Amino acid sequence: MPKTRSVRSVKRPPATTPAGRVVVDHGFIPVRAKLIEVAAFFDRVERHAAADDFRCAALRAAAVLLVDGKPERARRILEKLSDPTTQPEEKSSGKAALGAWQKPAKK
Amino acid sequence: MRYIEPHGHMVSRTTDDYQAMVTAGCVAVCEPAFWAGFDRGSVSGFRDYYRQLTEYEPARAAKFLLPHFSWLCLNPKEAEDLALARDVLALIPEFLDRPNVLGIGEIGLNRNTRNELKVLEDHVALAVRHDQLILVHTPHLEDKLKGTHLILDLLSAHRGVNPDRVIIDHVEEHTIRRVLDRGFWAGITLYPDSKSSPPRAVDMLEICGRERIWLNSACDWGVSDPLAVPKTALEMRRRGHSADFVDAVLYRNPVRFLSQCPKFSVGDGKLN
Repeated sequence: MPKTRSVRSVKRPPATTPAGRVVVDHGFIPVRAKLIEVAAFFDRVERHAAADDFRCAALRAAAVLLVDGKPERARRILEKLSDPTTQPEEKSSGKAALGAWQKPAKK
Repeated sequence: MRYIEPHGHMVSRTTDDYQAMVTAGCVAVCEPAFWAGFDRGSVSGFRDYYRQLTEYEPARAAKFLLPHFSWLCLNPKEAEDLALARDVLALIPEFLDRPNVLGIGEIGLNRNTRNELKVLEDHVALAVRHDQLILVHTPHLEDKLKGTHLILDLLSAHRGVNPDRVIIDHVEEHTIRRVLDRGFWAGITLYPDSKSSPPRAVDMLEICGRERIWLNSACDWGVSDPLAVPKTALEMRRRGHSADFVDAVLYRNPVRFLSQCPKFSVGDGKLN
């Protein structure tokens, strides 16, 4: 007697749209290059013993969001690199923004 | 294709850029006052700059048949000296009647300090008192999210501010919804290394819709591209967006916002 196979619903990903194909065709190579730049930057700062710089640590923490399977990666990475405080600064440091937030050292 | 460059610091650019922009379809350029790369030391330094924005630069643009408009203010980077800021703000009304002045900008925050907030508040009061449009700069990098919150709270608390007449510039994925949801216009700035790239700008348009959004290059003396706006049109068309979509974002949207100032005009919008 042939073994019957249970029918399971298979969740298929949505079909790629024509615009989606174009997005990949035009975006893949430049983004591939940027991803390799990120990898090479991580290697470089380790080789030069600068991986502990708070900006490098912030980048590594943000990079985790790239592959967590959740949407809105750009927004969430920008938020992760942002100053989370809400009160105005008492005075300017006189320096430019650095791209990642560092918790002020306790006085 | 026709487009408006609603935010370009043309005093920092060469005449070659004017030629390239007009060739690419630019029909008007708007220039907000900004930081010169160094802190100006006196009110007379600002007076000269405002003359440059209202007299010399429009004449330079006119040589390329390009209408030039400007916005006036003291940049938030120079807001720490409250005494100088007060004197500069007192100077601005002298220039508000100039034929190419659209409003007060680009005001805002830089490092989110109390002094910057005070000067921002004074600018907003000045704009409301003189019934001017407002162009707001949001801070850079890690300061943008917090600064955007502070700016939105300040503007929303002012009873004289009409969000329809305020554009909050340099939005990114983490700030654009906050700006649009509070009823303000949003500007997306296209920079090579910071702010937004053309693909990310089109992503935001696809996610948030095209209403109350303009694109700009904010080209200045730093790493920037005066043709970033028309280059973004190519990204839109590649993704299948229509010529009408491109025209709405790059031309009709800025015209709609800027036409709230009766001095703004690009004629019939046809290329020169």
